[in-house]
Amino acid sequence: MATAAPMESRFGHPKATGGIIFEAACFAAATLLLAALGGVVISLAIGGWPAFQQFGFGFLTSSEWNPVTEVYGAGTAIVGTLITSFLALLVALPLALGVAVFLVEFCPRVIAQPIAIAVELLAGIPSIVYGMWGLFVLAPWFAENVQMPLMMSAEPGSWQETLFSGIPNGANIFTASLILAVMILPYMAAVMRELFMTVPPQLREAAYGLGCTPFEVVRSVVVPYVRRGVIGVIMLGLGRALGETMAVTFIIGNSHDFPDSVFASGSTIASTIANEFAEATSDMHSAALVALGLVLFLITFIVLAFARLLLRGQKI
Amino acid sequence: MFKRFAATFGAALLFASAVQAANISGAGATFPAPLYAKWAETYKATTGVGLNYQAIGSGGGIKQIKAKTVDFGASDKPLKPAELAAAGLYQFPTVMGGVVPIVNLPGIKPGQIKLTGALLGDIFMGTIKKWNDPRIAAVNRGVRLLPIPITVVHRSDGSGTSFLFTTYLAMKNPAWAAKVGASDAVAWPAGIGGKGNDGVSAFVKQTMGSIGYVEYAYAKQNRATHILLQNKAGGFPQPNAPAFSAAAAGAKWQQAPGNYVLLLDQQGAAAWPITGVTFILVYKNQTSAANGASVLKFFDWAYKKGDASAVALDYVPLPAPVKALMRTQWLANVKAGGKPVYVSR
Repeated sequence: MATAAPMESRFGHPKATGGIIFEAACFAAATLLLAALGGVVISLAIGGWPAFQQFGFGFLTSSEWNPVTEVYGAGTAIVGTLITSFLALLVALPLALGVAVFLVEFCPRVIAQPIAIAVELLAGIPSIVYGMWGLFVLAPWFAENVQMPLMMSAEPGSWQETLFSGIPNGANIFTASLILAVMILPYMAAVMRELFMTVPPQLREAAYGLGCTPFEVVRSVVVPYVRRGVIGVIMLGLGRALGETMAVTFIIGNSHDFPDSVFASGSTIASTIANEFAEATSDMHSAALVALGLVLFLITFIVLAFARLLLRGQKI
Repeated sequence: MFKRFAATFGAALLFASAVQAANISGAGATFPAPLYAKWAETYKATTGVGLNYQAIGSGGGIKQIKAKTVDFGASDKPLKPAELAAAGLYQFPTVMGGVVPIVNLPGIKPGQIKLTGALLGDIFMGTIKKWNDPRIAAVNRGVRLLPIPITVVHRSDGSGTSFLFTTYLAMKNPAWAAKVGASDAVAWPAGIGGKGNDGVSAFVKQTMGSIGYVEYAYAKQNRATHILLQNKAGGFPQPNAPAFSAAAAGAKWQQAPGNYVLLLDQQGAAAWPITGVTFILVYKNQTSAANGASVLKFFDWAYKKGDASAVALDYVPLPAPVKALMRTQWLANVKAGGKPVYVSR
C-alpha cells in the first residue's frame, strides 16, 4: 500500500477546504502523539541523568538499593521485572492458545459469544483489584495449599529445599507472576482469537477433507498460518506484563535482593517506582527512580520493536 | 427550559469561581489526609472557605511547596533547620500519632508481648530469628514463647511511619544505626514489604510468627495484636492517646530551632516511645498576605475546634501549650511585606 504524503489528496481530485482541514487535523493528532512520546523520553533521560552519571553502568547491574546511603542499583528490579514477565508469559500462553482455539474451532455458537464477552470483561478489571484479590485471596490460599506442602515435603539439604525456600505467606515472585498471567491472558486470548479467524476457511476445510483430526488442523494449518502474528501477540502480552504495577506491588514482597528461590520476594521496576516515588525527598533518590523509568521504557521499546519486526508482512 | 438551565448553570459557575478565589491549596503527607479532609469539610460549612488538599506523600508535599504551586506543604517528618532556612520555609505541627508494632503469634493476646527498642532492632535486623530466643524470653517472664521463626514485615513504600520506626531503631540499637540507618525507605536487612498499612497488616495476619508495624489508628481500628515497648523511664505503657500526649508533654518545643522535634523515646513514665507529629510547611515571606492569612486562619480554627474530629479519627491533638506557642511563632515568623499575616484573636 502506497503511503500518501500528508497534504496531498490520494485520488488526485482538486481538494475541498474541508478535506484539507481534516487531513491537517489528523496529521496534527499523529505528530502530537509522537511529540508527547519524544517529550517523555527526553524528560526521563534528563531526570535520570544524575543517577546514570553517579553510578555509571553499575546502575544496571548492582543489587544495592539504599535510600539512606544514597546508593542505587537497578539490577534486582530489572531481574525481577524480566522473571515475572516471562513466567507470566509461560503460564498465560498455553491458556490463551487453548481459549482461542476452542472459541474458533470447537465452540458452539451459543456459548462462543458469552465466553468472548467474559474474556473481554476480564481484560477490563483494574490492576488494583487484581492486586487486592492477590493479597487477600490468592496469597493465603497459595501459602497454605501449595507453598507449605512443598516446603514441608522437601528433604533438608536437598535442591528442593533451596528451590522452595522463602517466607510462607504466598507473597513472592511466583504468585506475582501468576497474577500477571491472569492479567495478560484475556488480552492475548482475544487477539489470538481474531488472528485465528483470519485463516481462510478453504484451508481449514481442505485439511478436514484430507481426514485431519481437529488437533492436526490446529497444529499443522491454523497455527502455522498465523505463526508470526502469534509471536506478535506474545510480545504484546510481554509488553503489558513488563509495565504492570499495582497488582505486582501488592504481592511480590518488595525486597531488593536477587531471588534465590521460586518463592523468594523480589521487586520490579514498576513496583519500586510506585512504592518510593511519593516519598522520595532527596534529589538522587528521585533521579534513580526516574532512571528506572527510562530503563523500563527501553526494555518495553525493545520488546515492542521486536514484535513489529516479526509482524511485518503479516496481515491481521 | 434551556434558558433556565443556562441561567442556573451560569449562576453555579459564578458561585463556584467566587468560592474558588478564596480556596486554600495544600499538598503532602497521606497520614493526616483523612483528618485534613474532615477539617476542610467542617471549615467550609462554617466559613465558606474551601481547602483543596492533595495527599501525594510528604516527599511530594515538600517538592510542591518548594515549587510554590501550593499555599502550604505537609510532611510527616520535620525538615532540618538548615533545609528550612535554605528554602525560606517555616514549619509547625498540627496533630500527633504513633507507630505500633503488631504480631501474629498463636495464643498471644494484644499487649502480652513486651520488647525493648534494642530487641526490636535485633529482630528487624534478622539477628534474632525465633520467638523463644532467650533475649525475648528475658523480658517476657511467664509468657509461653514457642520456637516459631520470626518473619519481619515492613513497609515497601516510602512512608513517614517507616521514618519514625527506623529513626527509633537507630536511636536504640547501635547496630541498626551503623548498618541500616533511618529514612522514609531503607535497605531492609530482613523480611518482606507490604504496601501501606493495610499491606503490612495483611501480611502479618497471614503469616504466623510475623512482626510488623502500623500507624496507631490503623492498629486500633483493626484490633491488631500489638506489643508493648519499653520507654525511656523503663515502663511498658499501652499505646493510646494519653501515652502519645505524655510523649508530647516531654518535648521541648521552645528550645527546638525550626520546630525540629521528634517525639521518639521521650521522658515520662507514661510516654509511648514511637510517637510522631505531622507538620505544615509555609513560606516565611508570603507573596500574598491574603493567601498566607487564610492558611494560618484555617489551622488556627483547627487548633481551636478541630480536636473532637481528630480524636474521633484516632489522631491525637497537640497539647494546649504547644498550640499557644505556635500562635506566637506565627506572628514572628510568617510575614508579607514585613508585616505578620496572622491576626490573633
